[in-house]
Amino acid sequence: MTLLEFARGPGLQVALLIMIAGCVWRLTAILLLRRRPHLGASRHSRAGRVAGGIAMVFTRSLPRRTFWPRIASSVILSTVFHVGFAIIILCGAPHILLIHQITGISWPGLPKGIIVLVSGVTLASMIALLFRRMLHPVMRLLSTIDDYLSWLTVFLPILTGILLSGETIAGYETLLALHILSVELMMVWLPFGKLMHAGLVFASRAAMGVNFARKGAAT
Amino acid sequence: MTDVAAGMRGFVSNFGPTAALAMESCVHCGRCAEACQFYVQTEDPRYTPIHKIAPFKQAYEREVGPFAFVYRLFGLAPKVTEAEPTKWQDLIYDSCNMCGRCSLICPMGIDIADLVEQARHGMCEAGLVPTDFLGVLEEKEHATGSPFGLTTAALEKMLHDIGTRHGVVMHVDEPTADIIPTVSSIDLKTYPSSMAAIAKILNHMGASWTFRTDGFDADNVSLTAGDRIGQRSVTLGVIRAAKACGAKVLLMPECGHSFTEMRWEAANQSGAALPFRVLQITELLAEGISDGRIRVNKAPQTATYHDACQLSRRGGATAAPRIILQALGVDLHELEDAGDANWCCGGGGGVALIKRAQPLRDMAFQIKQRQVEATGVATVYTSCSGCRQTLDHGGKAVGWNKTVASLLELVADNLKD
Ligand code: SF4
Ligand code: SF4
Repeated sequence: MTLLEFARGPGLQVALLIMIAGCVWRLTAILLLRRRPHLGASRHSRAGRVAGGIAMVFTRSLPRRTFWPRIASSVILSTVFHVGFAIIILCGAPHILLIHQITGISWPGLPKGIIVLVSGVTLASMIALLFRRMLHPVMRLLSTIDDYLSWLTVFLPILTGILLSGETIAGYETLLALHILSVELMMVWLPFGKLMHAGLVFASRAAMGVNFARKGAAT
Repeated sequence: MTDVAAGMRGFVSNFGPTAALAMESCVHCGRCAEACQFYVQTEDPRYTPIHKIAPFKQAYEREVGPFAFVYRLFGLAPKVTEAEPTKWQDLIYDSCNMCGRCSLICPMGIDIADLVEQARHGMCEAGLVPTDFLGVLEEKEHATGSPFGLTTAALEKMLHDIGTRHGVVMHVDEPTADIIPTVSSIDLKTYPSSMAAIAKILNHMGASWTFRTDGFDADNVSLTAGDRIGQRSVTLGVIRAAKACGAKVLLMPECGHSFTEMRWEAANQSGAALPFRVLQITELLAEGISDGRIRVNKAPQTATYHDACQLSRRGGATAAPRIILQALGVDLHELEDAGDANWCCGGGGGVALIKRAQPLRDMAFQIKQRQVEATGVATVYTSCSGCRQTLDHGGKAVGWNKTVASLLELVADNLKD
């Protein structure tokens, strides 16, 4: 079995299994905790609270204007990274092909040159974010091995993706295998560390949105 | 006596999915620090909001989190030991006023202020409430329902004395009434004229109302101390008194945290929806002015308004004071960040009561000082006597020439008749 065959076969299956089982476990453990009904007054009806939850999912993507001067670099870098990452996954032709093979759904992609450029910018934003994390006293204090491991598991697929697009340092098959394996590493780590915020962010924002709508609190 | 294990259990015991989501979701982006006055003023990373609850997060991961067994098995989150929560006392109490500014900035939607409140429950159950003030107050609050230890007879006399002094008819301990006003212990001690103002306005409205000495002081210091038992006993006392006289409205004083408790939490404490509305005084004033039950003269002047965090950002009553100020014809020069993004006075969440927190409070006050000075006005109105007192003290310390005044009293002084 070649490395590529392993990556495409058992490697992928195991990674998928771990990712799904881990996510289900983590989410179930959170959501099954005892929920207490709120008996107090509410400024909004049930529908208003649900709307508040949905709205918060979107509105928290950018900070209030008053906060910008102090957190601009953090917001810009992380926005560049997230948007770039989404473009790579959703607009890269090989990724669209893969999604098409699995789901039958397809859409037009962006030219390879643009995806490589976006990947480069995304990678640069990640490096800047890493330096920020290592140098900013607040983030240095907060950060744990989890933050760095999570960073690495996202960094590697983008890096190998760029290398793959140019077939520079090795042959196509080897680079593709490394790229897939790096994605599998990310999948395996996803349920256990900070990467999980990709899903938790929706639940967490929505929960806050509902709670704050109840009080009519500022969102 | 400290019992750290009990404290950690206390912290995680009332964890629901929302708090767990908060614990799980933090991405360590550090933005919350930039919203917190204690970090902004000191640049000390220890004052990063989410860092303040670090030992409690460790307890969560070890005891309740989805991978608690892994953490325990491999010793990834060691048991929280005695030294740690003691060390964290000044982060959870001295340098957090539960203002919720951090909760407003967090991109993950984590209500850090709420987590600090839960951490205080744990600290209290561990016996780690700062003893210099809270221990004493709580003892009194437990015994008498008032943090200043006032007895029913003393209260009754005090209220009638205030009425006589201000020429206002006081209603005390009447068996039935539609509106039951409550007060804050700061009003009792420092601003008794605010009680006369409440009486004057309710008389002006022709309302059926009475103070109840059995459910009078809503201040609830136990809440900010993290003492769930004391908090509940104060809350239930107020509910009992309001129910006993068939109240339709429980009126909360110019006070932030007591409003939070009675408006949003009291029903949960008592286990049933409350049979009356809970209104903060600015809400009643704004309603009364809007529907004509309260008629005011113009009181033209330039002034600014300081929002109490629990009323505006955390309580949804941001518009009410502005309706009142507009009706009075006040030329309002808003502070930078006024309304929902306001900065705490520096003394919220019981921080004002901690002596050793004075230097931190003073640094926090500098933000407000700068903002007020930028407006160029001489008077700052507010609807929280805790804020009023903190701003008064801060102002005195720097020889300020600004007057900090009560919005309630401004209305009472300008009623039409
Ligand atoms: S802002 Fe929110 S996500 Fe970022 S460090 Fe603070 S609590 Fe964590
Ligand atoms: S609630 Fe306010 S004082 Fe406390 S950590 Fe958050 S921003 Fe700082």
